[in-house]
Amino acid sequence: MISLSYYLVLSAILFACGVAGFLIKRNIITIFMSIELMLNGVNLSFVAFAAKWEMLGNKLALSGHVFVFFVMVVAAAEAAVGLAIIIAVFRTRETLNIDQVNLLKL
Amino acid sequence: MLHLILFSVFGLICVAGAVNLLLQRHPINSALSLVVVMGSLAVEYLLLGAEFVAAIQVIVYAGAIMVLFVFVIMLLNAGEEEHSQGSHVAWLIGIPGALAVTVIICWALVRSEGTAVALGVTSESSKAFGNAADISQLLFHQFLLPFEVTSILVLIAIMGAVVLAARPESVRETKREG
Repeated sequence: MISLSYYLVLSAILFACGVAGFLIKRNIITIFMSIELMLNGVNLSFVAFAAKWEMLGNKLALSGHVFVFFVMVVAAAEAAVGLAIIIAVFRTRETLNIDQVNLLKL
Repeated sequence: MLHLILFSVFGLICVAGAVNLLLQRHPINSALSLVVVMGSLAVEYLLLGAEFVAAIQVIVYAGAIMVLFVFVIMLLNAGEEEHSQGSHVAWLIGIPGALAVTVIICWALVRSEGTAVALGVTSESSKAFGNAADISQLLFHQFLLPFEVTSILVLIAIMGAVVLAARPESVRETKREG
């Protein structure tokens, strides 16, 4: 038996790693991966809370799982569009370093 | 006890993968450590009794999304990340900022009551929590409208990806002439 706070602390650590990656990475693809890491951290806390409410006998506990499902759909859509944007940026600027992507219009 | 051991082992793998994502310079190494994070998160979901979410995690996240990432990294022939003066400032501000976020969230979690509930699949309650039948029951009754809206979202995302990634018309014309 594990306490709920263990899972929540793990998810907080994952989220903070995502935040750190978002801030310190200079490669646009790696920054995008850090966002996925943050989404994963949040998903873990959703599932942990769903397990808590299930233990307490709440009937709607499974909506936590449904929310994770929706987060995954949005993440998949976001990955498709975001990577297409990255390809378009690379085509016009020929770089993936975000320090060199500082103009809205070339 | 077994529960705790599994949680600690895969939690450590998870955190190690996340830290490795930060430390690696080459994006392909970061992508592979992200796959490790997602795989061990699937085990954590199983420990919480969420079978369906664990399966979806492996299929959609570690499968589809990461294949897309690796594909784009290889398509763009992304090399090692180069150091610039921006990265120095980012390290200086980013690491303390992220540490502060961790400490604040953990402090708030540990301090608050109600998070001390013991979790886990017990032998009597392990029958069917979070399997596909229960989730689809909820998804197609209470959450039917959001589900349909996501289908529109995915359709728009597909069209947006095609429009954005397609070559602009002018480039194609000049290629044909030249």
